[in-house]
Amino acid sequence: MKKVLLMGNPNVGKSAFFSRLTGVHVITSNYPGTTVEFTKGYMLFAGEKAEVIDVPGTYTLEPTCKAEEVACEMLKLATKEVVQEGDVIINVVDATNLERNLYLTLELMEQKIPIIVALNMWDDTKHKGIHIDVEKLAEWLGVPVVPTVAVTGEGFAKLIGEIYKARAPWVRKHTLEERWKDVGKVVTRVQRLEHRHHTLLERFQDLTIKPLTGLPIAAAIAYLAFKVIRFIGEGLIGYVFEPLFNNFYTPLIMKLSALLGSTGFWHDILVGKLINGQIDYLQSMGVLTTGFFIPIGAVLPYVLSFYFVLGLLEDSGYLPRLAVLMDNLMHRIGLHGFAIVPTLLSFGCNVPGILATRILESKRERFIASTLISVGVPCAALQAMIIGVLGYYGARPVAIVYGTLFLVWLTLGYVLNKLLPGFSPELLLEIPPYRFPPLTIIYKKLWWRMKAFLKEAVPIVLIGVFVVNILYVLGVFNFIADISAPIVTGLLGLPKEAVTAIVIGFLRKDVAVGMLVPLGLSVSQLIVACVVLSMFFPCVATFVVLIQELGWKDMLKATAIMIVAALLAGSLLNFIL
Amino acid sequence: MNPKEVSVTSMRSGQSGVVTGIAGGHEVSRRLQAMGVKTGKPITKVSGMFFWGPVTVRVGHTQLSIGHGMASKIMVEVAE
Repeated sequence: MKKVLLMGNPNVGKSAFFSRLTGVHVITSNYPGTTVEFTKGYMLFAGEKAEVIDVPGTYTLEPTCKAEEVACEMLKLATKEVVQEGDVIINVVDATNLERNLYLTLELMEQKIPIIVALNMWDDTKHKGIHIDVEKLAEWLGVPVVPTVAVTGEGFAKLIGEIYKARAPWVRKHTLEERWKDVGKVVTRVQRLEHRHHTLLERFQDLTIKPLTGLPIAAAIAYLAFKVIRFIGEGLIGYVFEPLFNNFYTPLIMKLSALLGSTGFWHDILVGKLINGQIDYLQSMGVLTTGFFIPIGAVLPYVLSFYFVLGLLEDSGYLPRLAVLMDNLMHRIGLHGFAIVPTLLSFGCNVPGILATRILESKRERFIASTLISVGVPCAALQAMIIGVLGYYGARPVAIVYGTLFLVWLTLGYVLNKLLPGFSPELLLEIPPYRFPPLTIIYKKLWWRMKAFLKEAVPIVLIGVFVVNILYVLGVFNFIADISAPIVTGLLGLPKEAVTAIVIGFLRKDVAVGMLVPLGLSVSQLIVACVVLSMFFPCVATFVVLIQELGWKDMLKATAIMIVAALLAGSLLNFIL
Repeated sequence: MNPKEVSVTSMRSGQSGVVTGIAGGHEVSRRLQAMGVKTGKPITKVSGMFFWGPVTVRVGHTQLSIGHGMASKIMVEVAE
């Protein structure tokens, strides 16, 4: 099958390009390094199916981080197979940054693969006062050049037409200096810049990155983001999900309960225990009651509001600025500022967060970042349950949990940075201009992430609750509770039954928090249990991604660190509270 | 108006100049070049974080944030 490789610098819109060509939606954002692994899709091309590959962005073909390595490996594969396959590279170029982008273009042209250059973000050149002579550029390069706007689809019909005509250029290997000299020559011939004054948006851009104004703005944005997430989440629960459950779902399940005779094995598994003859969604522990309520009624509203706000932040271009402001702090814990991006993603779900650590340069950084995320960053599902269960007792217990996790994150990072050999590389980051994110893109991304949540989380929650019930019936939990009693009761001050929740935390942490409710814990005990649950062990999905990204050995190291840190923090809290 | 050679870290915010060279090793200069920081390019310092934090510069239409150590190796000729 014919392959079409999308290659280019980071943050030039390759992923938007990919969605446009294949109709497959992939996550796009306004910061370099959104795509860290290659994504495949298919398009029909002259009645033939062709494979389109979204390759992570790279500045050169000499990689400096894992994501760039992926890009270079993809290219090597393509070069090997090119003779039979007739592959094409579409080199996506940021038209507003022609000079920097063309270096990679020249490198790609030396690979003897048919290539088309797409001058993307063409619409931006107009208001930035940049004039590019497209014909001259195509003539000089000797390959087709097409201006495009991936977000609107402008230029795509022409681009697809050019795929037929693409030929492999015959360019000898150049040295680095020769390439830059050539880039300089082309740019002076084809590009003309208009002198222009600073726009208001650019002034704001500068304000958000200068420390004296940037730090207060960052604090304000963080506060606002938090407020908006809570407002939307609570609003959805209060006005949509609760009424839906109370008015439609509960009567349905009550009928089922009566049908099953209000007791018995299947009743206990599907509906669970009735509390005062009623369903209690947090305590009944049936697959269709608690198992359905946790992902849909409690977690989904917060996941939705979190990803909505995250999408706005991602697409506006604010995150790289936050990375610069946080750089000093992050160096104290062995990372540089850009590690804030994977960390923020992890507040939604740790899995994409840990994948995103591929934008970091060294193995050491990726180990520190992944470990810190698994220990100190609770995912949206877990947070929704913590807030739901602890929020009942006011803001203070919730604040203690978050404060403890933050302190652990800082301390552990500091210790790891001191203990692990090596150093943290310096920040070198492109700061993209602010863009007003198109609502359609925000909406599509949100929808895509919600679908992924429903597809991945709901089945595991249902299975988890089912397993809990079976294990109860078999008496396995009593056995585990008895052997772990010295640690759970002695160190953490929790009843030995709490260990069942901690064990289930391996499947889903949100379900685990739900399992704490029927135990009738005191507020302090709930706080200890929530902190231990968050830190103790990665959930199974995170576990798998840790093995994939770090390898077995480092994953075991990270897990050992998590267990020790969780026991330490839990016992300390138990002692203080 | 005497031209003077300083590193990016000792420039004032808002000050402009022309890159005269990168005093670091091959790796540093290769990475900086790939992002557009090269000898002969006009450069403007946008801001610098305090406590030896990263420096933000504008080169052409690109804004870059560069760690303090790396930034101290970029030499710039500024008009005094």
